[in-house]
Amino acid sequence: MAQTQSGAEGKQSLPALLHRNATRFGSSPAYREKEFGIWQTWTWSQTEKEIEALALGLINLGVNEGDFIAIIGRNRPYLYWAMVAAQSVGAVPVPLYQDANAEEMAYVLQHCGARFVIVSDQEQVDKVIEVQDQLHQFEHLIYLDPRGLRKYDHHTLHQYSHVQDQGRAARDEWITDLNARRDKLTYDSTCVMLYTSGTTGKPKGVVLSNRNVIESAKNASDFDKLTDKEDILSYLPMAWVGDFIFSVGQAYWCGFCVNCPESADTMMTDLREIGPTYFFAPPRVFETQLTNVMIRMEDAGALKKNMFHKYMEHAKKVGGDILDGNPVSTADRMKYAIGNTLVYGPLKDTLGLGRVRVGYTAGEAIGPEIFEFYRSLGINLKQLYGQTEATVFITVQPDGEVRADTVGVPAPDVEIKIDDSGEIHYRSPGTFVEYYKNPESTASTKDAEGWVATGDAGFFEENSGHLRIIDRAKDVGKMADGAMFAPKYVENKLKFYPDILEAVLFGNGKDRCVAFINIDLTAVGNWAERNNIAYASYQELAGHPKVLDTIQSHVETVNKSVAEDPMLSGCQVHRFVVLHKELDADDGEMTRTRKVRRRIVEDKFADIIGALYDGSPEISTTTEVTYEDGRKGSISATLDIRDAAVSSVAAKLAAE
Amino acid sequence: MLDASEGYVTEDGRQIGGVVMEMKNITLRFGGVVAIKDISFDIREGEIRAIIGPNGAGKSSMLNVISGFYIPQEGEVFFHGKKRPQMRPYEVARQGIARTFQNIALFEGMSVLDNVMTGRLNHMKSGLFSQALWRGKAEQEETENREIVEKVIDFLEIQHIRKTPVSRLPYGLKKRVELARALAAEPKLLLLDEPMAGMNVEEKEDMSRFILDVNDEFGTTIALIEHDMGVVMDLSDRVVVMDYGKKIGDGTPDEVRTNQDVIDAYLGVSHD
Repeated sequence: MAQTQSGAEGKQSLPALLHRNATRFGSSPAYREKEFGIWQTWTWSQTEKEIEALALGLINLGVNEGDFIAIIGRNRPYLYWAMVAAQSVGAVPVPLYQDANAEEMAYVLQHCGARFVIVSDQEQVDKVIEVQDQLHQFEHLIYLDPRGLRKYDHHTLHQYSHVQDQGRAARDEWITDLNARRDKLTYDSTCVMLYTSGTTGKPKGVVLSNRNVIESAKNASDFDKLTDKEDILSYLPMAWVGDFIFSVGQAYWCGFCVNCPESADTMMTDLREIGPTYFFAPPRVFETQLTNVMIRMEDAGALKKNMFHKYMEHAKKVGGDILDGNPVSTADRMKYAIGNTLVYGPLKDTLGLGRVRVGYTAGEAIGPEIFEFYRSLGINLKQLYGQTEATVFITVQPDGEVRADTVGVPAPDVEIKIDDSGEIHYRSPGTFVEYYKNPESTASTKDAEGWVATGDAGFFEENSGHLRIIDRAKDVGKMADGAMFAPKYVENKLKFYPDILEAVLFGNGKDRCVAFINIDLTAVGNWAERNNIAYASYQELAGHPKVLDTIQSHVETVNKSVAEDPMLSGCQVHRFVVLHKELDADDGEMTRTRKVRRRIVEDKFADIIGALYDGSPEISTTTEVTYEDGRKGSISATLDIRDAAVSSVAAKLAAE
Repeated sequence: MLDASEGYVTEDGRQIGGVVMEMKNITLRFGGVVAIKDISFDIREGEIRAIIGPNGAGKSSMLNVISGFYIPQEGEVFFHGKKRPQMRPYEVARQGIARTFQNIALFEGMSVLDNVMTGRLNHMKSGLFSQALWRGKAEQEETENREIVEKVIDFLEIQHIRKTPVSRLPYGLKKRVELARALAAEPKLLLLDEPMAGMNVEEKEDMSRFILDVNDEFGTTIALIEHDMGVVMDLSDRVVVMDYGKKIGDGTPDEVRTNQDVIDAYLGVSHD
């Protein structure tokens, strides 16, 4: 193709990187997606043509430079192309969470003033149409899957493939335009705008430049020695910065292949079929996988069960050391090798993690047992600490220095300082440009020298130089007696039990702490089945006295471990309640990335918190719930409130 | 008598074509019991036609007459304007009529994929010998048929259970697999016997969505029996109402809803 690509050599934009990849890795796979039961593949050179066709189609539809193009849907190659095509025509791609309800969607679409929206299917089309009256700048809607959309008014509605066809047909007319627009892109052009999930208040649009994305992708790829031979499975929300860096930034920088699952429900099967070499998942995914393995082992025959437990014990002893390259005796190594043939290898294959060279978990704290489990199998699972404003990377764990309780050392080119109050600040090439249309927030987050406040409190460990995170700085409070209140610390300890899905601790400014707990339906349901406990609903199971007994024993164990830390011993849970419903993003209780919105939970369940503090043995409550389709209903329940035994710190000190 | 050219336009703007199937004066007896008594109605191309009625009204018998499973003692069945001779059910299936059952009738031990593949049976022409050796035509045929089956699987969103044995599936999904098998036959006329029986509200909504999508996407003519009046009235273009083997109403949902005979049949009427 004879076209001028001045940016190509500079590698300073995604379209430029795309062109480089199409030239250098032309015939190697860039995208795979399972459809109709078969993995369909697009090479880099095919990808370039597809993206060009879409870009031409977008110009043809009237996309101007500087427009915002919202992209909504599950991970599909077509939508990734849409992001790059948007950039090619000088527009800014804005990926949105596909499970957002119409209201949330309206806010973001309005805020960025998207003229064009590219969506996956009818469900998303319906949501956009529902709110389009509020969107004065909105003009055209492009959809991928035509199913069910035949009868819709197609004046402003276009099928993705038709847009591409029109683009191809009008190539001669627009190709000069397209090249000109592409050539105008620099390292400082906006690459993407991502909305933060917003644990407090409205989401903010984080503007990331090409420099942010490409520098971060490059540094992280060098750090882990990633090559064009990697395979990744893209299944995390496209609106999340992590997915953008892994599936777009690093994929384009390294030229590796992005694999998209067939549907959300087939993710585990697809993971097994692809066997990624580079894998990223929030702790929740690892927890679920482990829970499933343990549940299935419970149902396995005696021989398999014994073998599994015997070798897992050995792995626990030496697996981590072997992975870290620490000295391990020859006998232990041989036993580990046998275990690898009999248990670890097959297990890793079943999990789809057999080929993983580098795996990351981030977003939340991961339970030490869970973390150790995967590492002991020989999976190089590491932790990193990051945020959208930093284009992910703030700290990462280097190979061989991996621990469950730290988040590693500063990533390449990242400077970190910790201020007097303990809040972490950083400065890096990935530091975001600004919050869109929100200079006040930009100013309060990023100072003149480029230092960004993370809002997290933490400290560097003396000897290892690793960063440890304590909690969100603004969640850390004081109890009535002046002791430190760090809810995350206790909640994470509780959540490490497979039975407990979510926990929320209250106690800021009070004399003692109380907690809400959500049970994990999979784990507790399986336990109920094995113990012949019948239940008809989540609510019934959550209120079962035996379940409450189990949770109580977990809470008391956690209390003991919390009491060991004199600084945080005030955070022990005095009373708790197992909630009758799961905290849910649809009800606004959590963010789309499943972080608890404390204030909202506190307001919504004020009556329950009141009962926890006033000593009543139970509380009757009615809660409004929102169904997936936006309808509202309510559930009422009478919840038992349990007292948990608290370990006294003084007694412990005296005993010592 | 049969005017295949005329049609009508539905409320939502779909063009309904001519008559596909016409039942004329059907009477079906089991010994002395008259299950269906002198019923006539037609099904038009592209429409969703519902048959409703209280328990024991003869709805399932009617569907079995359409599918060729029961042979009525009196009356005639016209398919595409031609009088249908007495046929075995498999011959009816070859004419492009597929159905699902009130009590799920799947091969429990087989995977979802294999079950849906059986829906393609009428489209496979290679002989026993080449199928056994899986050579030449048989192999090519399987690939072609698998492609169609995969499209159905994609359409009904059952990719995640493709390889799961049917016996391990919950009820609602089994119903969907049955629909998949019927769709795999690429029918011109699809008969659904209580597709939503025993489902919860959410499953019913999903199923309704699929039925509408099938009709919309493939233009398949659909005849269905259903108890849930809300669903029937929402889904169908025209409704036949039966009671004690007789037809007591026939028309659009609105017409049927206001029909006094229908109201009496459903709400009961005092006989004094």
